[in-house]
Amino acid sequence: MVERTLIELRVNGETRTVAAPEHRSLLEILREDLNLTGTKHGCELGECGACTVLVDGKPMLSCLLLPGQVLGREIETIEGMAEEGKLHPLQKAFAEFGPVQCGYCIPGILLTAKHLLERTLDPSEREIREALAGNLCRCTGYQKIVDAVQMAARDLRMEAAKDVGALGGRRGEVLRPAASG
Amino acid sequence: MLARLAAGAARSFGLRPQDDTSFFHMAIDTRAPELFTIGKRLPKIDAWAKVAGTARFVDDIQLPRMAYGRLLRSPHPHARILHVDASKAEAVPGVVAVATGQDLPRMWGIMPTTIDEYPLAVDKVRYVGDPVAAVAALDEETAEAACNLIEVAYEVLEPIMSIEAALDESKPKVHEDKSKRANIMKEVHLEFGDLDKAFAESDLVMEGEYWFEGSNHVPIETHGAVAEWSPDGKVTLWTSTQVVHYIHREVAKVFQLPLSHVRIIAPPVGGGFGGKCDPFAHEAAAILLAKKSGRPVKITLDREEVFYAHRGRHPVKIKLKTGVDAEGNIKALHSRTQLDGGGYASYGIATTFYTGCLIPTTYKTDNFRFDSMRLYTNKPACGPKRGHGSTQPRFAVEVQLDKIAEKLGKDPAELRKQIAIEPWTKTVSGFQITTCGLVETIDRAVEASGWKHKFRQLPFGHGIGIASSAYMSGAGTAIYWNDMPHTGVQMKIDRGGGVAVFCGVADIGQGCDSTLAYIAAEELGIDVSDVRVLSGDSDLTPVDLGSYSSRVTLMAGNACREAAQKLRKLLFEAAAEYLELPVERLAAAWRRIFDIENPDHYIDFDQAVWKAEAKHGTLGSVGSYTPPKNAPDYRGGTVGITPAYSYTTGVVELHVDVDTGQIAIDKAWAAHDLGKALNPVNAEAQIEGCVYMGLAEGLGEEQIFRGGLHKKPSLLDYKIPTFLEMPPIEVILVETDDPNGPYGAKEAGEGPLNPFPPAFANAVYDAIGVRFDKVPITPTDVLKALRRRA
Repeated sequence: MVERTLIELRVNGETRTVAAPEHRSLLEILREDLNLTGTKHGCELGECGACTVLVDGKPMLSCLLLPGQVLGREIETIEGMAEEGKLHPLQKAFAEFGPVQCGYCIPGILLTAKHLLERTLDPSEREIREALAGNLCRCTGYQKIVDAVQMAARDLRMEAAKDVGALGGRRGEVLRPAASG
Repeated sequence: MLARLAAGAARSFGLRPQDDTSFFHMAIDTRAPELFTIGKRLPKIDAWAKVAGTARFVDDIQLPRMAYGRLLRSPHPHARILHVDASKAEAVPGVVAVATGQDLPRMWGIMPTTIDEYPLAVDKVRYVGDPVAAVAALDEETAEAACNLIEVAYEVLEPIMSIEAALDESKPKVHEDKSKRANIMKEVHLEFGDLDKAFAESDLVMEGEYWFEGSNHVPIETHGAVAEWSPDGKVTLWTSTQVVHYIHREVAKVFQLPLSHVRIIAPPVGGGFGGKCDPFAHEAAAILLAKKSGRPVKITLDREEVFYAHRGRHPVKIKLKTGVDAEGNIKALHSRTQLDGGGYASYGIATTFYTGCLIPTTYKTDNFRFDSMRLYTNKPACGPKRGHGSTQPRFAVEVQLDKIAEKLGKDPAELRKQIAIEPWTKTVSGFQITTCGLVETIDRAVEASGWKHKFRQLPFGHGIGIASSAYMSGAGTAIYWNDMPHTGVQMKIDRGGGVAVFCGVADIGQGCDSTLAYIAAEELGIDVSDVRVLSGDSDLTPVDLGSYSSRVTLMAGNACREAAQKLRKLLFEAAAEYLELPVERLAAAWRRIFDIENPDHYIDFDQAVWKAEAKHGTLGSVGSYTPPKNAPDYRGGTVGITPAYSYTTGVVELHVDVDTGQIAIDKAWAAHDLGKALNPVNAEAQIEGCVYMGLAEGLGEEQIFRGGLHKKPSLLDYKIPTFLEMPPIEVILVETDDPNGPYGAKEAGEGPLNPFPPAFANAVYDAIGVRFDKVPITPTDVLKALRRRA
């Protein structure tokens, strides 16, 4: 019988404990032990990006991570992206503007895009393509994904513009955050 | 504004002088020209679950007591199985069942006329990776370890590794009893017109030899299946498949069960592209292991296994001879193709036809011949991949046209317009062309791309290329002979006005579930969110032949429309009584049934449902679709026919780095005649995916082998294009309103791929003046060619 260790992880803001072999990948722990099957796998060799999760806000490949590497760190999966049942603007844009075909690569792409939009709310097409280059998609030709990220960025800019304090402007003034954030 | 104009639908009848009336099997559309849902840019109904991570794909299914299976695969490309000893595997703690080929010694295969494989190999293995045995255990690691303890004694045979070797009669046969001569699996020869005369009369005869490399579909979701064998002897299989109905038949056959005791369910499929159209070993193995262990069993393939399970694009050698007059009109066309089929037949008999018979659907010619042959080799079996068999000869035809245009001093776009096949004609081979927007696709692609200012005018290293093509909106013939419909839809309605649509299609990401929902909503005048679609379940949904040959929008779409119209009739009868109006005065929209002449006089949809149920009893309806019986009368004439052909023109602009040989694509334009866009967003998305896959085959994807081993069976080595390799894509939708399609719709999911490998090659020639006559065109090819020239 394989030896199991008690592992405590922070996932989507919750503390979860699982008993699993130490060599089990984070991907397997999420999917098999925590039933967070929204995280997908297309190769389990770190080549396709389908298993991307955020670790302390940064996109990482869960198939290449061991639980020991993420102890005490905040893990976010696709199930944690909607806040209080409200979809993230990226999720909304992806549902509305057509980048979801089979949808299998989409959780990884959404989380990677979330990290991008946390760095800049005005990414260029090139920046979007570079940020997402580690996430393979076979259905879309990527065009509608790039478009949807831009739509979501626009929504987030408009939301940010409402929050005048954050931008240091006056009420009623229309502001556009700088590309560098 | 809402007046129903029967004349509106009849208006174009006069434009079709060559019709034969039997072709119009659809009821004349008497609806108002206004559409409320169809043609709108709406979200897909499953998009919300997919962005939230709650869509449940097959590998997301976890059943109580479920065990995990792995397959043992052959290490030899060609060997006889002498003996299998699984006793050591059976003894491993945690192993719950072991299965070998001997447990299921009955053959299956997708095409009834060419069945040549066992679910698990019994007597011979025919490629590295051919499944031989399977193990189920409490966890996957144990199953894998136990698999490796199974001892298989092989007598290794000489492998057949190329088309040339397969043609050598002195070599061993891959299937002793399946090929008459050498390793030829299938040969087709068809001639129309008088080729000798036409070539003799041609002003220019161009001959070329082309090579189209094989490639894998690479769906991001690998194949998987979960099987359950219930105590009552019934089987349920959840499987990532495009063809629920065909798998249903094959599973029942090899397990010798009545069809009624087998249930096949396709959960959302994570990409198909033709790669999930065959019955696969892991499906049978999961069922067998479930039967033996009394537990549900899941088998999920890893990425390497997908490259070996394959059934992808056939490598094809094409010899093409084109005769034209001084103006470039095609006098005669002769295509000879040889397909490297791999170890098993798969869809190969159809592929063999498709490499020939779809050629004359694009340009006019009165003389056409094709000779196609598919060969058995000891490599993973090839099968259908997006564009199935038509993609490879299309490459040859379009590159050769580019050469002819140059020789005649003509613009290749203008030449294509001049020779484009015309609507409402027949090909020389007797295929009925209905609507055809080919000329418009050329015009629109030329205009959008700035072709006239770029072709042969860009600086050295930069180039632009064009190509066109046609494709079927669904195969006009089922893979097994029968005279039943190709698809069916059932519809029910609840007392709150919600409508459920049941259909055997499999949503593989192309959005067929959504398309059915749009059609139901349109016909019944309700919101798309009021419609639920249950698809791909052989127990609960009427038969649809499956998500292949780009058939679903047209065929299931028509069936859905018929079912919805029948349901609407029941509702209108009840509403007419309530509103005290004749049925002809009613229309449905905005969740209301109302008076056309006074929309304020209405009944709410759910109220109409109550009244209709009171009047008629429980409400439900069915619709079905059978394609027109329009096959020309010769042997083989049933392959390549369809209710309607779609047309595409693709333009590619690129630049070549002359130091590294790398080719970077700057932009791609696709103008596609899809009849009518039922949802323009989804149509564009399908076309963009086609452009991507076509360019990928140009840029470098190749399924190639060394000693029977795949040379790059991982995503790191195989390299599918990423966000960085793909250019912006501009899609232009051309609508031609085909009377055979629902609301005029034709296909958009496969045809738009076909122009892109040749447009890419033609653009490379425009950039550096070198013809490659093959795809992919790799950096090594480019550098070698440039050095040769220097």
